[in-house]
Amino acid sequence: MTKEECRKLVIDIISDIAPDEDVTTVKPDVRLRDQLQLDSMDFLDIVMELRKRHGIEVPEADYMQLASLDSCAEYLTPKFQAKA
Amino acid sequence: MKHTRIVITGIGLTAPNGNNLAEFRQNLLNGVSGIGMTEVRYMGQWPAGLCKFDPLKHQKKKDVRIGTRAGSISIYCAREAVADSGIALEARDKSRIGVYLGITEHGNVETENEVYNISQFKYDTKFWTHHHNPRTVANSPAGEVSLNLGTTGPAYTIGAACAAGNMGLIHAAQMLRLDEVDLAIAGGVSESPQTFGIFAGFKSQNALASHADPTKASRPFDKARNGIVISEGGCIYTLERLDDALARGAKIYGEIAGYCVNSDATDYVLPNPERQAQCVEKALINARMTVDDIDIVNTHATSTPQGDIQECHAIAAAFSKRKEPAAINNTKSFIGHCMGAAGALELAGNLPSFDDLVVHPTINVDELDPQCDIPGLVINQPRSVKRVDAILNNSFGMLGINSTLIIKRYRT
Repeated sequence: MTKEECRKLVIDIISDIAPDEDVTTVKPDVRLRDQLQLDSMDFLDIVMELRKRHGIEVPEADYMQLASLDSCAEYLTPKFQAKA
Repeated sequence: MKHTRIVITGIGLTAPNGNNLAEFRQNLLNGVSGIGMTEVRYMGQWPAGLCKFDPLKHQKKKDVRIGTRAGSISIYCAREAVADSGIALEARDKSRIGVYLGITEHGNVETENEVYNISQFKYDTKFWTHHHNPRTVANSPAGEVSLNLGTTGPAYTIGAACAAGNMGLIHAAQMLRLDEVDLAIAGGVSESPQTFGIFAGFKSQNALASHADPTKASRPFDKARNGIVISEGGCIYTLERLDDALARGAKIYGEIAGYCVNSDATDYVLPNPERQAQCVEKALINARMTVDDIDIVNTHATSTPQGDIQECHAIAAAFSKRKEPAAINNTKSFIGHCMGAAGALELAGNLPSFDDLVVHPTINVDELDPQCDIPGLVINQPRSVKRVDAILNNSFGMLGINSTLIIKRYRT
């Protein structure tokens, strides 16, 4: 699992959580909430989908790690790699 | 006590055989059923009535994802009703708009889905969605409407089993008369076919319809009827005080003439024809009418062997003093039992009779059950009549709740 692959998995989830949004133009280094209509409930859904689809757990204390695509990749890629 | 006059000024609906009043009415006159076979979780294929409206006409994809099927039905119907009424919501005091929706039940769909969901994860509840509680609170469908329309007045549901559709309108009339609101958006909704539990419950009760041809499965008054066809649907009206409606030059579909809600107090499931007859009689008194004033009686009959007979007995008793029989019909033969939407939808299907003087029939009667052979039944073909000035609509529900609503032609 590369960071680029990780970003793609996160984008796949976001496109389901926020189906009205155009996710093709998401800037990886900008906070997701600053460029997409996402609220705190949506982030709970993202956490749930990571759990369901990939068996990845994100503790509440780490939610801020999901702020941008880049920070998601930074935080989640080692978790994916640990599961491989 | 002199009542403020309340009128219906807008109608939005979705039924298994139509997504607006014109389409629905046309199919009722043409004998077009909306029932098909559908896959029910754990149970296989069963006849059911599903609606084909487009939720995305009035909702974003995300709202459909987060909300409920009952909410989508409610929003579609409410938006269509407001559009039909010609009311410009943005110019209204949003705090003076009430949303009152009758429901048979709510939350079964979402709860079943979540239980099924966690069953895929060894019943580990950490996979249970945080959306469960807002989706399943009893006010959810009405709350979704208030969110979508931006109304800030009262918005809640009225739980009244299958009498609920009428209850939405009755409650709206009461709130308008109390001057609690200036505009009521009210009716009934149901998403019941999305839950296997209601199918399984009626199956265990030996009250679930089966037929090789799903369009023939709902057959009230027919000798071969064998149970209920479960359907979804919604019908929401805009109701206003007459003076307000006239002041804005509104189109008026009809006027609330009278109503009654009562309880059997006899059984959880079995209806009580004596109380049903009493409900009809009290509604007539409330409307200051006699049986001779009623031109159409829309029955609740659900196509169960016993229930249909009992309602026929109730109607025969209530209308025994009538000189000429009223036209008696049934809408469930086309759309199945739309549960919380039933009363509101079935009324809507009959309101055009004020204009066209045609009574839609009940279909699928190949052999009339002699015990349901009451005077005035309109069977299989529409009937033209000389007068339609008042429509009496019955809806009855489990735990013995009965509602009768009488709508009369609007006259100055």
